[in-house]
Amino acid sequence: MSGHLIDLYGWSHAIASFLLWLGSLPLELGNWVAINLTGAPSPGPLTGVIGFLTSDGITSLTAAIIAINIMLVWAAALHLFTLMWIERKLYSRLQDRRGIMIGLGSFDFLASTLGRIPIIGRPFRRPSHLGTGYLQNLADGIKLIQKEVITPTNADRWMFHVAPVLITVSTLMAFVALPWSDGMWLMGSYETRPLGCVTDCTSVPVNQWGILFILAVFSIAPLGILIAGWASNNKYTLIGGMRAAAQLMSYEIPLALCVIAIVVFSGTLDPFELVRRQTERPFTFGPWTIDFLPNWYILNPILWIAFIVFFISVIAEAERIPFDIPEAEAELVEGWTTEYSGMRFGLVFAFKWLRALIGAGLISILFFGGWTGPAFVTLGVENLTTPQAEAIYILPQEFWFSLRVYIIFIVFVWIGWSVPRIRIDQILNIGWRRLVPLSLLAILLAAGARAWLGGF
Amino acid sequence: MGEMWINMGPQHPMTHGLWNLRIKVDGETIVDAEPEIGYLHRGYEKIMEVREFQKNVVLTDRLCYVSSITWSHCYCLACEEIMGVEAPPRGQYLRVVTNELQRIASHLMWLAAYGPDLGLLTALLWALRERELFLDLIQLISGARMNQNYPRIGGVRNDMPPDFEKYCRKVIAHFRKKLRDHEQLFEQSKLFQMRTVGVGRISRAQAMDWGVTGPNLRATGARIDLRTLDPYDAYPDLTFEAVTRSEGDSYARYKVRMEEMKASCDLIEEALASMPEGPYRSKPPRRAEGEGFRRTEDSRGEAMFYVIGDGDDRPYRVKIRSPVYSSIFAAPLMMRGNKIADVVAIMGSIDVCVGEMDK
Repeated sequence: MSGHLIDLYGWSHAIASFLLWLGSLPLELGNWVAINLTGAPSPGPLTGVIGFLTSDGITSLTAAIIAINIMLVWAAALHLFTLMWIERKLYSRLQDRRGIMIGLGSFDFLASTLGRIPIIGRPFRRPSHLGTGYLQNLADGIKLIQKEVITPTNADRWMFHVAPVLITVSTLMAFVALPWSDGMWLMGSYETRPLGCVTDCTSVPVNQWGILFILAVFSIAPLGILIAGWASNNKYTLIGGMRAAAQLMSYEIPLALCVIAIVVFSGTLDPFELVRRQTERPFTFGPWTIDFLPNWYILNPILWIAFIVFFISVIAEAERIPFDIPEAEAELVEGWTTEYSGMRFGLVFAFKWLRALIGAGLISILFFGGWTGPAFVTLGVENLTTPQAEAIYILPQEFWFSLRVYIIFIVFVWIGWSVPRIRIDQILNIGWRRLVPLSLLAILLAAGARAWLGGF
Repeated sequence: MGEMWINMGPQHPMTHGLWNLRIKVDGETIVDAEPEIGYLHRGYEKIMEVREFQKNVVLTDRLCYVSSITWSHCYCLACEEIMGVEAPPRGQYLRVVTNELQRIASHLMWLAAYGPDLGLLTALLWALRERELFLDLIQLISGARMNQNYPRIGGVRNDMPPDFEKYCRKVIAHFRKKLRDHEQLFEQSKLFQMRTVGVGRISRAQAMDWGVTGPNLRATGARIDLRTLDPYDAYPDLTFEAVTRSEGDSYARYKVRMEEMKASCDLIEEALASMPEGPYRSKPPRRAEGEGFRRTEDSRGEAMFYVIGDGDDRPYRVKIRSPVYSSIFAAPLMMRGNKIADVVAIMGSIDVCVGEMDK
């Protein structure tokens, strides 16, 4: 039944158990040596250590560390690179060019050996403008790692070096609470549904503060940006840092207010629960029900204002182009990232895409039904009310979630590369005079809908 | 935060060249601005004194590398005045055609630079794509994409190739269609209007006081275009009306340049249609004595050349008047009271070419 491909904790637990068993093998050998060769008493002197290593607590801890690492590679490497690749290819196409085309064939040794094979070697034939360019971002990353890390002479050294770490870590922390499917998540626990059941129970993930946690860590980064801008001891970075802090803080408010509208509307902050609300029943609007539509919140006219405000705020929070004044390169060189070099620049550069990734994920969970996809449903007549229980997913949930994230991101790119950026005072005007009142209106609408039309 | 000076230049993405704009800011608001130039000074006026009249065309090409033909043209006109020669009619028409092609290419380069200034990188690639067609045309007639060395004292270097007129008409028809895309990208975008309307306003009187010329002056409502006011070459024979706007802000300057590109297209088509037959170049003397002063409507304003010959085969003294040199010092007037982000919206709309400014 379960539509998810990756069972993160299950996998991590298995890997952790295996690793710990592997680690305890030499100790077992030591035990055997101690008993058989030195005549130690029977359970062996190392039994306690083995027991400790293979205990539940240590296994769970190792499993958690492994799970965090898998999530890091999954979100901050795989999806980050894909997102960057999508952006670079897409805006190149908007600009009538092909964009990055570095492929495996760009490696000289591959071209000179594999390239000679008649048909199979075609992708490896130089000139290398045959590739899709996916490796370009990797190459850029490697280049950045090789570069020297320069600290400006009069910079506040400690703050200067701590700021990129603070920014990146706080942004990556959001992935702790951002689930990718029913099984691919870090923060949460399993509960049986329906509550207090004895038979026919299903185990579902819950995470009561998921969305709140994401919003909380989302608002740490402006602090880091302010520190970075101040500590670089450069006028451009100072202005860029101030702008970034002003912008991110003022767009945090409509963002949070829109989430409040959703909370009022649905009554939960749990991403899993939000997705279940949007899929387990057909589209409902007051007394009306449309059977063939899912109950995605984007389809509900009550939440349209909230969606528009949320979408604009996410673009601003991700510092994408109409709102990318913090690093407006024409005026402020590179804004608050001007003085960074090497991988420290790489970290603060990737930060934009990480935030866009989280923002797109939030939009998809809050409005577009999260990770659910088309499924074959085997219905017994008595099961009509809970078709989810019998659904067989055509493709795993991780795929559908990634697809939504990418499509939303493509809209970001599309908007970003066809409009100029606006001024800081205009951005703050839009934020405070338009979006905040609109999001308050959205809360009012949601509360009214909740009160008069019932729960959703 | 008190007031502080910020250097925007000499190495800065805003400058499009090598100059320095010092701005004094109070928070985000510009209190004062001060252009500093001289980073690209090459001593043009002195070098030209030691080279022969004809050979100076190579130098004047390099005054502004995005608008070579118009500058060389101005120099040739000034030399023709001393030498007492005049280009034959066909040569004059060819000059008009190449001048206008160069003007479109130059304005497209400005458009390409204005986009990224405002954060619209797509405009850069689009405008350069269109400019490529005009560079191809210029290459077809002169043999080079940049620094064409095409105008000559007494005419032009060579006649146009046989298919030139056909290609010209084709490119212009294509360009007119594409210009609509650019308008959609720029002026039909609300965000672009937010950035430019009312920004960098300068009154007509102020602009005239500071010697602002060209599209920047016409954007303030002054109908001053040397092609109609003080016509030279074949311009008197052609129907042409100067493009003006009355607002005097960045948007008006943008609009004037966009309209000028369309007007140039019309001019080219008309000049091609009424192109007379005959020689395209007359033979000037090697030596000249006297004073020659001519001004032409360059892509950026009034270009002026003052050449003195003392009977030798090289000029005794050359003085170049660059339109950007004047326009750039009117920039502080436009900037005061605006935000830092408006610096690019204003300087981009002035269309700075440092090569001609620093000479």
